[in-house]
Amino acid sequence: MNLQTLLYIGGRLIKGVIILLIIAVFNFFLIRAAPGDPAKVMAGEAGATDEVFLQQLREQFGLDQPLYYQLWVYISNLLHFDMGMSYRQNIPVFDLIMDRLPATLLLTGTAFLLSIALGVLAGVIASVNYKKWVDSLITILSLIFYATPLFWLAIMASLFFSVYLGWLPGFGMETVGVELSGWDRVIDIALHLVLPATTLGLFFTAVYARMTRTSMIETSRLDFVKTAIAKGMTPSRVTRKHVLRNALLPVITLAGIQAGQLIGGAVLTETVFAWPGIGRLMFEALFQRDYNLLLGVFFISSAMVVLFNLITDVIYCVVDPRIELSK
Amino acid sequence: MKPLLQVEDLTIRLPKGGDREFAIQKVNYNLMPGEILCVVGESGSGKSMTANAIMGLLPKTIQVDAGTIIFDGVDLASLEERRARELRGNRISMIFQEPMTALNPLMRVADQIGEVFLIHTNMNAKQRDERALALLVDVGLPDPEKMMKAYPHQLSGGQRQRVMIAMALALEPAILIADEPTTALDVTTQAQILKLIKELQEKHNTAVMFITHDFGVVAEIADRVVVMEKGQMVEIGGSDDVLNNPQHEYTKKLIAAVPPLVAPHREALLEVTPVLTVNNLCKTYSTGGGWFSKARVVKAADDVTFTLHRGETLGLVGESGSGKSTVSRCVVRLLDSDSGEILIGEDAIQDLNTAELAPYRKRIQMVFQDPFASLNPRKTIGQIIADGPIAQGMEPAKALAKAAELLDLVELPRAALDRYPHEFSGGQRQRVGIARALAHDPEILVADEAISALDVSVQAQILDLLDTLKVRLNLAILFVVHDLRVAAQVCDRVIVMQKGKVVEMGVTKTVFEAPSHEYTKSLIDSIPGASWRSDLPDHIPQEGQPEKQPAMSSV
Amino acid sequence: MNIIKTLSQNKVAMVGFFVLAIFCLIAAFGPLLYDGSPWKMVQRPFLPPFENSNYLLGTDTLGRDVLAGLIYGTRISLLVGLVSTLIALLIGIPLGAYAGYFGGWVDELLMRFTEIFQTVPSFALAIVIVAIFEPSVYSITSAIAIVSWPPVARLVRGEFMSLRSQEYVLAAKLNGQTHRNIIMREILPNSLSPIIVLASLMVATAILLESSLSFLGLGDPEIMSWGYMIGAAKTVVRQAWWLSFIPGLAIALTVLSLNLLGEGLNEALNPKMSGKREN
Repeated sequence: MNLQTLLYIGGRLIKGVIILLIIAVFNFFLIRAAPGDPAKVMAGEAGATDEVFLQQLREQFGLDQPLYYQLWVYISNLLHFDMGMSYRQNIPVFDLIMDRLPATLLLTGTAFLLSIALGVLAGVIASVNYKKWVDSLITILSLIFYATPLFWLAIMASLFFSVYLGWLPGFGMETVGVELSGWDRVIDIALHLVLPATTLGLFFTAVYARMTRTSMIETSRLDFVKTAIAKGMTPSRVTRKHVLRNALLPVITLAGIQAGQLIGGAVLTETVFAWPGIGRLMFEALFQRDYNLLLGVFFISSAMVVLFNLITDVIYCVVDPRIELSK
Repeated sequence: MKPLLQVEDLTIRLPKGGDREFAIQKVNYNLMPGEILCVVGESGSGKSMTANAIMGLLPKTIQVDAGTIIFDGVDLASLEERRARELRGNRISMIFQEPMTALNPLMRVADQIGEVFLIHTNMNAKQRDERALALLVDVGLPDPEKMMKAYPHQLSGGQRQRVMIAMALALEPAILIADEPTTALDVTTQAQILKLIKELQEKHNTAVMFITHDFGVVAEIADRVVVMEKGQMVEIGGSDDVLNNPQHEYTKKLIAAVPPLVAPHREALLEVTPVLTVNNLCKTYSTGGGWFSKARVVKAADDVTFTLHRGETLGLVGESGSGKSTVSRCVVRLLDSDSGEILIGEDAIQDLNTAELAPYRKRIQMVFQDPFASLNPRKTIGQIIADGPIAQGMEPAKALAKAAELLDLVELPRAALDRYPHEFSGGQRQRVGIARALAHDPEILVADEAISALDVSVQAQILDLLDTLKVRLNLAILFVVHDLRVAAQVCDRVIVMQKGKVVEMGVTKTVFEAPSHEYTKSLIDSIPGASWRSDLPDHIPQEGQPEKQPAMSSV
Repeated sequence: MNIIKTLSQNKVAMVGFFVLAIFCLIAAFGPLLYDGSPWKMVQRPFLPPFENSNYLLGTDTLGRDVLAGLIYGTRISLLVGLVSTLIALLIGIPLGAYAGYFGGWVDELLMRFTEIFQTVPSFALAIVIVAIFEPSVYSITSAIAIVSWPPVARLVRGEFMSLRSQEYVLAAKLNGQTHRNIIMREILPNSLSPIIVLASLMVATAILLESSLSFLGLGDPEIMSWGYMIGAAKTVVRQAWWLSFIPGLAIALTVLSLNLLGEGLNEALNPKMSGKREN
């Protein structure tokens, strides 16, 4: 990796941090826009409503300070990984989220890899068999999965595979009440992962399959493919060495953009399967009107998207030699 | 001598709903060992079809209907795909028109060349690299070791075409098919590539099938010529015979449309006050430049000074990147210049804002290059022409009446008013573009490569029209053009530009006959077929009858 | 017009069109013709479908008529889908048009702004907005519009960037046309095709988003919607699977038909296919 590439990635990193800061500011104002006085909400939890106690709370949380000062405190706290307390659980928001984050990373990561692998494969197969029945089948299937609500698919899958057939666990991340360790635990988690990851991944599989198919067909009409054919290559070599690599570039870009959708989708999947990740945490926060926690989860999931985008940028850099020329 | 390749009664059918039934019909010709055969024709003549059939590059919807292509005792038209692949890139290879897109952007040059050896030979990686390097030396690329590791985007168009040639000649094929390989290149690069092809062809005794639309190129390299028209082969013969003594009407017409490379004598102009004056015009572009990288600065116009008079055609010639288009766009204020003066009559317009500029817009108008992109596809021809005067405050009814008159002027039927651009051919659209520019009754017309997207026979008609209009309306024309043959024919004076600078300016005849600057000399020397049609003063295109336009393509 | 002709020859797109038309008719006239409230308890709870001819699709956990819920749900789904898409277009088109037409720092500024909205996980943002501003048809529609305009802006910007240097636009400039005229009459009409295609797909996505929000309990408490029906039946899926199944099928069908139509429009409007050049 040369200097220009590193500078490029550095630039993207700085951009990501700036975006996160802006989201943080946005978050701060959203908390202020939430209904009710935060002090009253907190006091309500504690069961007391007298004015002296409210004043104490305001001082304790700096709510009596001017807005710009509060914003400054909020941002600087954020830089120290301090996102305030959960109103309801009285535990630091950051700790709550970090406790749940690995489960979400496992779920979304698996679903992401699965959907990319399956989607690209399906797209390539469809494009190679352009306008034959395999192509039609893949196109129809991806249209159907593209149209099916994620949460409904999750419910139906758990009903069928877990309740009706009894093949796979449809609830939680580990079997309750049994202490497992080592490989047994890994296998147990893996089994629990199958349904949530598949249902979350299927929608994105459809997205990637359609994108790959279109991109493959467009790329195969480009001039350098003609050159490759004129060299006397077999069609499969032309596809592998020349069409596929070029066709994957827009898919990589899309993968980065879709990362955000994937994390949003996790809220639904985790809710249906009771998967103990930040998506479910968000759902819980929603129900308990725990706005500080809600916005904390929102911020962390944005940070995850920035991270995913950065990873796709790096991959793009490695795959496309032309990137160093553009800014 | 036995022919290397025999094309016999080859007929290729087009899919239903096309503009004709056959792409090519009953085409017959031979390719002899070691000769250069040029296949010439205008766009849509089917000149590339045979080559694509040979290489298995026909689209799936188009198939060989009848006939054979015999090579080495086998019929390529019916040969099974596996065996045909063994020949491709090995015994027969091909280079293409667009060097910018013909190479895989994600693969290093060495790997793209090495691939040919990988497919057709048993060489190991080291041997492949050695041979690739030797080929890069052969095609005359600078710093071949560095080139090996380069990606296509790091190479210029001419360098990429050299890589393509290296790749095509890697296994010393018996036949090289070149499909318009120099059309996308500048004239000096074109001359170098033509020279390279000829040298390598002689060295290896390769037979070359060279597909082109340019009779200059034919004159430069062809041994024999095949002329195609609408899928039919209309003439075949030795290069000298076809070029200097064409038999078929169509060939005669095509050759007559090629402007001879000699500037006719023109009367000196009487008018002395210029209608357009450009003083010390400068314009720089900076590209790239982010937080960490320095911007690259290109001087597109560097201290350009000239004047233009009524009744005069001033040519602005140069290769791509010379800045000729930048100058023309600064003059009409589509681009803002950095410094210098632009005067229309006696008024400086370079710093005027949109409102102040409005009255001058009428006086200077432009005709554009691409007849397909220069007309809004969602407006009728009437709207397109009348829009300008309406924007300048004319009543719509009056503007439309004027549009009808303008159609007469550019020799289009008035019925065109209510039709949309897609119903017209390229030449007809260019006439609409001219009518639109004339709708303002301008004094100055800037023609930005106004004919370079057209077929040669249509070019002649449009040039003819412009010349007639110039005389009739006493226009001053600034003619931006890269084709020096055209410049020689239509311009009273020419300005030669290189890298943003004016290197030579003078009366056309003088510049062409006795160029004073080295660059001008090299430009003129690079014109393909320079010695052919350089002494035919009786044959200038203005004298040929303007082709009657077909009433309309389809109604 | 030949676009309609091309589209009508595309069987798959026509299937989408007819299914969608039926849903539209149900949304428009269903509540007037079908007598019954989606909220009223009419029968015993958990009445399975096709047992009682008065309540064809059975009843839910509280004995409410499922068919009535479905009909009212159609209205809200299509309405939210259409209105939020319209708002997203109203934000995205001008933004993209300005950025693409003027370029330079205007473009830089507007695109950085768009980028922030594109980075934020859209569903999570929609949840936060609806939760903070209390669930209602208005907050749901605005939230969906707010998260779905960035693709419009990017698309329009791209179109404007490529069209603004087209020669017919330059010719309009030389004619002395105003920027407003050039944007509205020269460029916008020529960039409408991809916008129409995108819009049809956006309605589909908006319907999915609305149902997801209602599923999480963020629906308008006054209005019966498909997502809410599935959410309410989630806990009883073992006893009464059809309560989740039926509304889900309705969502999938609507979204699928919109996608099919969008796909067909794309093919009909694709400049590569339609006669941009002669022949």
